[in-house]
Amino acid sequence: MKELILIFISAVLINNFVLKFFLGICPFLGVSDRLRSAISMGFATTFVMSITAPVAWAIKHLVLDRLGLPFLQYVCFIIVIASLVQFVEMFIKRFFPVLNQAMGIYLPLITTNCAILFMALYLVLHEYSLLESIIFGFSSGCGFTLAIAIMAGIREEIKFSDVPQCLRGAGITLITAGILALIFVGFSGLIQVR
Amino acid sequence: MRELLNDFIKGLWRYNPTFRLVIGMCPTLAVTNMARNGLAMGLATTFTLVSSSLIVSTIRRLIPKEIRIPSFIVIIATFVTIVDYYLKAKFPEISKALGPYVPLIIVNCLILGRQEAFASKNPTHRALADALGMGLGFTLALISLGMIREFLGMGSIFGYKVMFPNFRPWAIMVSPPGAFISLGIMLGVVNMIDRLRRRTNKE
Repeated sequence: MKELILIFISAVLINNFVLKFFLGICPFLGVSDRLRSAISMGFATTFVMSITAPVAWAIKHLVLDRLGLPFLQYVCFIIVIASLVQFVEMFIKRFFPVLNQAMGIYLPLITTNCAILFMALYLVLHEYSLLESIIFGFSSGCGFTLAIAIMAGIREEIKFSDVPQCLRGAGITLITAGILALIFVGFSGLIQVR
Repeated sequence: MRELLNDFIKGLWRYNPTFRLVIGMCPTLAVTNMARNGLAMGLATTFTLVSSSLIVSTIRRLIPKEIRIPSFIVIIATFVTIVDYYLKAKFPEISKALGPYVPLIIVNCLILGRQEAFASKNPTHRALADALGMGLGFTLALISLGMIREFLGMGSIFGYKVMFPNFRPWAIMVSPPGAFISLGIMLGVVNMIDRLRRRTNKE
């Protein structure tokens, strides 16, 4: 139990995917101009991550390792993620139309979100068990949501301030993200991560 | 000939993937703590981009439109696997420094974006010129960012000490926050140069 809580805290605060590993920067810069859409994107990512984690675990341990095909790992993972996203999209459209309205257009974008692939590779590299993988997938998604929501909140305020002409757009957003990352460095001594 | 040259040149400045299009940001930020890592990542990405552009533009009429994105991704993933195994065998040290960011070349939006926007619509020789230009532009951006961060963060460039002996390094520049801040400032500088150039052109 303690292990699982530690995995959760470390993935959300200490090894935050966006601010520590620079993953999912494209949606982080692209979708973070309004709080509402940022949170929808965060939820969609969390959802896909929680599903991908056990599937990636199963592919690695039940299929690739048994057949002795480690070099197919990247190709397999990316195909599974892409088709899983498509499948989830169809499923949500059919059974949860309300949810589909909230995160509809963001789902296809997630296929090329590097955070998903990285999470799959990370849990294989660290040899997490099935339960740990699921928790890790969910909490990485939470970390992503937290970062993108904070960023969107700040950017809504930046709109009203006088930014130098040449820094407008991506420039000021990256500098803001840098200061945010600096704050998250403060969490790094919180617990020892294996 | 002029058309080919134009396809090549545009990736270097006018449509530079990092500074102008702002795509492929994850590896840009993650591996540029040293100039050497930036160079390795740039070359790995260029190789993947050129090879997959070559294949995609050659077989562009055979790929059905509905499943083009999955097909591109499979082609890209194959070349990335080649790069990963090559680096592991020949340059284990660099492979270790780049870590999981080598497989992440698969989902670099720069590569998929060029397949979708250019290679799948144009003949092979033009796709090749475009991929080379974009790859080179990306590599140059990564090296320059890596050099600035390594210079300020460790007082060296490509591993050679260049600062005076009692220089105290800015440790923050090689850590994650430094990546965001220095790239943000660099984007601002590039925009400023571009505006100055446009103004002098007008006069």
